Amino acid sequence: MEGNIAELGQYIGAGLACIGMGGAGIGVGTVAGNFLSGALRNPAAAGAQTATLFIGIAFAEALGIFSFLVALLLMFAV
Amino acid sequence: MATEEAGNGFNIHPMDQFEITNLFGGGPIHWYSFTNATLWMGLAIVAVILLLVVGTRKRATVPSRSQSIAELMYGFVYTMIEDVAGKEGLKFFPYIFTLFIFVLISNFLGLLPMSFTTTSHIAVTACLAMAVFLTVTALGFYKNGAKFLGLFWVSSAPLALRPILAVIELISYFVRPVSHSIRLAGNVMAGHAVIKVFAGFAGALGIWAALPIVSITAVYGLEVLVAGIQAYVFTILTCVYLNDALHPSH
Repeated sequence: MEGNIAELGQYIGAGLACIGMGGAGIGVGTVAGNFLSGALRNPAAAGAQTATLFIGIAFAEALGIFSFLVALLLMFAV
Repeated sequence: MATEEAGNGFNIHPMDQFEITNLFGGGPIHWYSFTNATLWMGLAIVAVILLLVVGTRKRATVPSRSQSIAELMYGFVYTMIEDVAGKEGLKFFPYIFTLFIFVLISNFLGLLPMSFTTTSHIAVTACLAMAVFLTVTALGFYKNGAKFLGLFWVSSAPLALRPILAVIELISYFVRPVSHSIRLAGNVMAGHAVIKVFAGFAGALGIWAALPIVSITAVYGLEVLVAGIQAYVFTILTCVYLNDALHPSH
């Protein structure tokens, strides 16, 4: 076993950064699940709300993408 | 850099596909260099022109295949702006439709094997997002004057909370171009990197390569979906920001 401690830190940090994606997964699941349960209660109103659904998913997902970006920066840019 | 050879034929370089190279002569890249990014952005514009100008040239009452695709996109973006930003937003239809179709075609061109994805670069998407941000901010002040600052002053909240909320709203306003650009670039880049990682597995597994190849097919299908959805999301967020500039009442 050899190598430098900075590289070790990079890999561990990149792995830890990916935990953030789990949060985004929970967020997107909550948005889509609640949309579905609402849409099944009142299917007539569901069609008009798909834009809101995608905006909500986009906001939740952006934070996961940020953590992915941190991981990428640690792996390839530091 | 952490991309050294991993040994025993197991080389995965998922980020190499995003490298910008000089197509003529190599060497350092200047602002006037003709790179692969330039080429694929040019191809995207050519594809848009082929679809929208050449494809709809006949103006048939019963539309041909390309004409009905162009009409579908036109109607899709038109109703989106009308729903989200209202009637006044329709003045900005040409700009938003340009954004939508450029991002969509760039995403789809990037899915061709051996191609280069321009929208996976934050430099490209940040330009688009900054243009939207500056346009919307300038428009907000032009249309509403100082009343545009009411966007940050949440009048429905208790008075004691309003300064704190104003700071939060201000931060979230200035983060908009960052999240707007990174959402698109990050999604596209992540998908392409995943495909490349699976391709690396296929190279290393020998007879078992069928497994990763099946996964690549599945991920590719997902990527087609993501390409469309991210173009949609980019456009609809532009509409949301436009709506904030046109009707800043909180």
